[in-house]
Amino acid sequence: MTEKKIRILVAKPGLDSHDRGAKVVARALRDSGMEVIYTGLRQTPEQIVETVLQEDVDVLGLSILSGAHMTHFPKIMNLMKQKDLKDVLVFAGGIIPEEDIEPLQKLGIREIFGPGTPTETVIDFVKKNVQKSR
Amino acid sequence: MAVASQIVTSLLQGNRRAVAKAITHVEDRTSEAEKITALLYPHTGKAQVIGITGSGGVGKSTLIEKLVRELRRGGKTVGVIAVDPTSPFSGGAFLGDRIRMQDLSTDEGVFIRSMATRNNPGGLARATMDTVRILDASGKDIILIETVGAGQSEVDIIKIAPTVVVVLAPGFGDAIQAIKAGIMEIGDIFVINKSDREGADKAVINIRAMLQLGTQRGKWMPPIVKTTATTGAGVSELLEKIGEHREYLSTGEASQRQRRIVREEFEEAIKRKTAEHILNALQKEGELDNLISKLLAKEIDPMSAAEEVLNRILTRSKRR
Repeated sequence: MTEKKIRILVAKPGLDSHDRGAKVVARALRDSGMEVIYTGLRQTPEQIVETVLQEDVDVLGLSILSGAHMTHFPKIMNLMKQKDLKDVLVFAGGIIPEEDIEPLQKLGIREIFGPGTPTETVIDFVKKNVQKSR
Repeated sequence: MAVASQIVTSLLQGNRRAVAKAITHVEDRTSEAEKITALLYPHTGKAQVIGITGSGGVGKSTLIEKLVRELRRGGKTVGVIAVDPTSPFSGGAFLGDRIRMQDLSTDEGVFIRSMATRNNPGGLARATMDTVRILDASGKDIILIETVGAGQSEVDIIKIAPTVVVVLAPGFGDAIQAIKAGIMEIGDIFVINKSDREGADKAVINIRAMLQLGTQRGKWMPPIVKTTATTGAGVSELLEKIGEHREYLSTGEASQRQRRIVREEFEEAIKRKTAEHILNALQKEGELDNLISKLLAKEIDPMSAAEEVLNRILTRSKRR
């Protein structure tokens, strides 16, 4: 009688002023049958990681437009490691220059989606990579 | 057993990760879920459980954020369960109640969990009840459950929370709407939030009039509190009323209500266990498909088929 659903946190670290992209992705993920938790704007790395822990999500999607990803993302990934949340699938989206992609992937962020990515690509990615047997 | 007892041992010590994992088990109804709740049961019953219910947009989440802050100032630890509806079309859900509460997320004395209804009326009540127990056993003093709607909602909040706060806002429908929605019967305390807006006093008068019309359950007359959640006005008065209701409950009214809550849960458990038992037996014998075909061919009706199956299983267990 198990009813496993994919639970995903969509979070916006830092000082972005709008979250249109995050909402579009959140909505698409919801419409594909996932349970999407949204944090709202201006989250600290601590808030995001604590939310991952309390909500016991399978996936964390980070959205950032401010250009501060090289500051926030390493902090988030570090905290995730400290709290032993290594089995959570992490991806990111937003304005992230080509040359930052590889270092971010080395931190454990599995995929980075730029502007114009079709939402189906994100959905497929999550469905394919989420660890269902946690 | 190992998984369940490990989780329970560490959640009893207040381990947040264990609390989160345990909730996932009861939500997903895994094979460990029943073991977890069984192990927890003796450690529950200490927390005060409060339901906060009302239509979308009246300010429940903001009000809860303020309540939690006030409770934290008083040294209480708090658990919050925020329930939002699952889409009947996609099966997905958008859980956005945390947006108003994120400043609380790094406070170790607070645990917030978002929950989707998963289109499963009985199941949701159960998952919510089990989550209340998990938070209770983990040492939270107060547990707040936020649900959308009342009466017609899938969560029957009165089956879970001994104290129910109904939140309304000026301009959100008239008194007739309030009766239709079934909220007059379930509220132990009424809140007119956004009371800085026009129409707040009129809303109070309307609700009071409706309450006086209705038949009272017991000696408690539900108070009406005006709040403005964005500024925090009225929040400490609301907490006072919640405290008064708790005292009132401790006078014996509570034991009745608690008995009803426990009885309903027990009935639900019997139904579920019996249904599972019978359906499993039918499936094993390959009878289930057979019966479904008969039903489709209109050779038998569902009630008679169920009766027949039940009789067969009962006589069989008597023989044993």
